[in-house]
Amino acid sequence: MDRGSFLGRFIARRLVQAVPTLFGVLLLTFLLGRLSPSDPLQLMLAGQYDVTPEDRESLRHSLGLDQPLPIQFLAWLWQIAHLNFGNSFYFNRPVLDIIVERIPNSLQISMIALIITVLVGVPLGVFAALRRGRIEDHVIRVVSVAGHAVPQFWLGLIFVLTLSVQLRAFPVGSMNAVGIDCGLCWDRIWHLIGPVAVISIAGIANLPRILRTEVLEVIAQDYVRTARSKGLKERMIVARHILRNALIPVVTSFGTILLVFFSGSLIIERVFNWPGLGRLTFEAAVGKDFPVVQAGVVISSVLLILSYLVRDIAYAWVDPRIKVR
Amino acid sequence: MAVGAQTATRPLELPQPRGSAGLWSTAWYSLRRDRLTMAAGAVVLLIILLSVGAPLLAEYVFRTTFDKQDLLHTYGAPTLDPPAYLLGSDEVGRSQVVRLFYGGQVSLFVGFVAAFIQLTIGVLLGLMAGYFRGRVDDLITWFITTLNSIPTIFLLIIISALFAPGPITLTIIIGTIFWTGITNFVRGQTFALREREFVTAARTVGATSWRIMLRHILPNVLPLIFVLTAIDVGTIILAESALSYLGLGIVPPTPSWGNMLTNAASYFNRAPWLVASPGAMIFLTVLCLYLVGDGLRDALDPRLKSR
Repeated sequence: MDRGSFLGRFIARRLVQAVPTLFGVLLLTFLLGRLSPSDPLQLMLAGQYDVTPEDRESLRHSLGLDQPLPIQFLAWLWQIAHLNFGNSFYFNRPVLDIIVERIPNSLQISMIALIITVLVGVPLGVFAALRRGRIEDHVIRVVSVAGHAVPQFWLGLIFVLTLSVQLRAFPVGSMNAVGIDCGLCWDRIWHLIGPVAVISIAGIANLPRILRTEVLEVIAQDYVRTARSKGLKERMIVARHILRNALIPVVTSFGTILLVFFSGSLIIERVFNWPGLGRLTFEAAVGKDFPVVQAGVVISSVLLILSYLVRDIAYAWVDPRIKVR
Repeated sequence: MAVGAQTATRPLELPQPRGSAGLWSTAWYSLRRDRLTMAAGAVVLLIILLSVGAPLLAEYVFRTTFDKQDLLHTYGAPTLDPPAYLLGSDEVGRSQVVRLFYGGQVSLFVGFVAAFIQLTIGVLLGLMAGYFRGRVDDLITWFITTLNSIPTIFLLIIISALFAPGPITLTIIIGTIFWTGITNFVRGQTFALREREFVTAARTVGATSWRIMLRHILPNVLPLIFVLTAIDVGTIILAESALSYLGLGIVPPTPSWGNMLTNAASYFNRAPWLVASPGAMIFLTVLCLYLVGDGLRDALDPRLKSR
């Protein structure tokens, strides 16, 4: 079987496997919204006093809220299948429009942070393994454990309070200075530094530890000894023989890193006042704006499932030993 | 055999263990030489003692309570006189250090109790998935992949915002969300262990499935579960503090490390030190828990021992 059709089958299989997961996410999201003690009607009609009980009932009926739960769930699935997440109670606009505006803002932070994580984390991991047991190795270990343990919101808070508020070296929040509106220019980069730095720390805490273990496994392999005995330069051995093989399992760890980024983004967007998907979902949850909350969870989960998919495909692509299971 | 060879070459250095050296005594032996882990463990113990003893400390050392206000001494800088303002005073003149210890009670309670809940759920589901396989495994794996596909903090924030739980309910909710890691681990181990001879032997003499799971498989998995749990306590404390910082977890007037930071951030211009101590406490506690977990793993994992 040639490589192309193998990858095709692999992707198809993974897509099918994602269906029950997506169903689970949808079911959980639906139940959370419906089982919550707050009544959506109450929230929709907040501030309107001329509502008669009959109006209430007819609105309840027109929203389908008087139907049994399974029927409501199916109706909701049907809507979502048509990409209709309803209207936001708060913005009174289609939820999907609001969310689609926010997604690029969140992805911008995560993607840049991912690149920085790889650029910093890979050398650190290899270095730690090559200096195993020495002081450099211990320092990298302690630093990466520290990166795990530090509360991200606290780091972000300190960044904003000291560098932005006190020293005025960085902007206090949001994506652009007033009057500037650009996707990627110096002004945006200036605003990105804080959130990206804080988020990257979480990734950099993860990657070197995983890579270190892999490099140590590879160093013990026979082909590395062969390369050494051939008299290859150390740099050549590290780049061509060790790193290439050690990086393959590391691809899997991107799942963890992405999950950390997605979770972290919510808090970081809040601290840096960044108008992303996480902050939107948070504010909607506090304001009990159910349609936005549900869509926020569903869409961030879909993004996460998709990135798991990309990770698995990348893994299958770089490692010829993977077979369709 | 390996032990015999070692004793033969270095008979004087190793103290002779009485009887055979068990897993725990060997682990303890290598732990004692791991200074970093021992120090981290000592710090965790100290933080637990300070938090549990917070009422006594407040009364006899700092001579104040966690909610005693003093409007004449607001935003006080850290000072030794009076000792209550060791770490400064907050916007209504309450003692920061006493509130920090009381906050520790809440954060540690949530961390340890929720970790215990998720440990129980995780171990049971993991054993069942790995032992029964088939439908049971499919169902449990489906739970795991679903939960892992929703960013944890999103789930926590939504549940807290919609249901407004108290501290106890919050602990239970966190416990029922975080179990997937332990389940995955136990499931994998059980898969391998159930094919071993001692399980077949137990089955031959008529042991029931549950007896095999709890008496024969579980003891083999348990040591490394402690490692995962130590790390999870840290992760849960981090999650709780983030949630409380956002105003959704532990709500004032109950102090928690997270919600102390919410206030402190607004008064940064007048009292920057108020931002430092709660964050530092979270950081220190979680860091030490992670280091203890790491050290335990090294001590318990026979593969890493040759290091």
